[in-house]
Amino acid sequence: MSPSSKTTYLSKTVEQLQPSGIRRFFDLASKMDNVISLGVGEPDFVTPWNVIEASFHSLEKGYTAYTANAGMIELRTRISAYLKKKYQVDYDPEEQVIVTVGASQAIDLALRALIDPGDEVIVVEPSFVSYAPAVSLAGGIPVKVDTDPLQQFKLEPELLEKAITEKTKAIMLCSPNNPTGTVLSKDELAAIAAVVKKYDLFVLSDEIYGELCYDEKHTSFSQIPEMKERTLLLSGFSKAFAMTGWRLGYAVGPSEIIKAMTKIHQYTIMSAPTMAQHAAIEALDHSETSVQEMKKSYRQRRNFVVKEFREMGLNCYLPGGAFYVFPSIQKTGFTSEEFAEKLLQEQRVAVVPGNVFGRSGEGYIRCSYATSLKQLDEAMKRIRAFLQTI
Amino acid sequence: MTVNDKKIEILELLEKDSRLEVEKIAKMTDLSVEETNQLISEMERDHIIAGYSTLIDWTKVLDYEGVTAMIDVKVTPTRGVGFDKVAERIYRFPEVEAVYLMSGAYDLSVLIEAKTMSDIGRFVSDKLSTLESVLSTTTHFVLKKYKHDGIIFEGDDDDKRIMVTP
Repeated sequence: MSPSSKTTYLSKTVEQLQPSGIRRFFDLASKMDNVISLGVGEPDFVTPWNVIEASFHSLEKGYTAYTANAGMIELRTRISAYLKKKYQVDYDPEEQVIVTVGASQAIDLALRALIDPGDEVIVVEPSFVSYAPAVSLAGGIPVKVDTDPLQQFKLEPELLEKAITEKTKAIMLCSPNNPTGTVLSKDELAAIAAVVKKYDLFVLSDEIYGELCYDEKHTSFSQIPEMKERTLLLSGFSKAFAMTGWRLGYAVGPSEIIKAMTKIHQYTIMSAPTMAQHAAIEALDHSETSVQEMKKSYRQRRNFVVKEFREMGLNCYLPGGAFYVFPSIQKTGFTSEEFAEKLLQEQRVAVVPGNVFGRSGEGYIRCSYATSLKQLDEAMKRIRAFLQTI
Repeated sequence: MTVNDKKIEILELLEKDSRLEVEKIAKMTDLSVEETNQLISEMERDHIIAGYSTLIDWTKVLDYEGVTAMIDVKVTPTRGVGFDKVAERIYRFPEVEAVYLMSGAYDLSVLIEAKTMSDIGRFVSDKLSTLESVLSTTTHFVLKKYKHDGIIFEGDDDDKRIMVTP
């Protein structure tokens, strides 16, 4: 091989990754003035003050060194107790809990710990934009399963079963879902569990929005009988405690998988930020009231936004969780991208086109209602005005 | 959700923003506009909603002059009516913004707003101290208001998030 024959030094895997469709909208929106953004996938609340204070205190005390690779045992113990209280499932803090840099890192670690080259992982769409690329980066093959909008984008076991091959190793689940806000009930999860058991699969259950369920109690996939052993529960502090910038998440599950994840974590990240871990302890110990207040406010705004969309004549089901609504824009005749782009250009409202979350999201837009009522009200007025011009 | 839960929800929304339109409250609480109006009327009638006020940071108003003071008052309670009688004598003065019965070193805390410091001085020496039940007063002038009724006056509520995120 001649020295000049290389055209790129990049890995083929990375080269083949598509940039997130969200990024394009960010670039468009950030160049404009007077934009109301419903494109934000994070709380509009600032982290509760007691939690911020706890991190100051930890710095004042001089806690500036690494923690254990898997995270401070005090925090792991709290996470375990919190999950026990919330879902009545037991996880050993020593062996079955790892603290990560956001739930995103937990997803990455989990996939890297589980996947051999060529293994297939089922990604239920519409889904969080990182799942499929994370599978590819781990050397696996993401197999996308569409869900039916008429079933509120709930995963139907038959559709899941059809996508399973001999290479299928795991399924990525997300309830409450980003971007649709859909929550799977205990019975719906049990039906999925039956397929998981039949084909001896493993489940990566992203439950980051678990605290934000408005109409019914959240069911964790690990609560379904016989599923705890084949589930990795992935979560974090970002959404429930308004701590996105702190980058703190966790995974709980079978010891051998947590051990493998810790091994990778140790060689790549070392440990999650120490002051954030101290803050997270305070969040779990003393933030119940703040979480409930934020949740109440999200529920009120959800009700408001859904009613507004319905009054405008757009089909919009009432999502049970997270802080997104996913109205249909099919009757406008535009694709999601066209709709989102025109809305941004003409009325300065940023929403995310549904197709960036997978092809079954085509014809829908993701609107985050994690923004002030005043902003939501103005956004709804502008969307109404936009609809009247088309 | 019970009717009482809905009432509490409406009260919390109105406490944060008394100008919030009934139509919005109805949508947020999943009630009809008629039901919301009825619940608000009931709560007004029952004096649960005792009034609607606006929180103003007067220091930002050009040429406005005003002074706020908090006065600790020790009093002799009256037989039969305790502190209520003297409290009423005090809260009837229009310059008195708030009166609280306190535990601890003094009995009543009186919040007063006036145009000038000497107006407050006059109120304390001529009106408050001369009341028969009043034993002593200690006046504290408010130098700066940082937070009032849960609202941070100098708060920066800019949205610090980037425009579009996953």
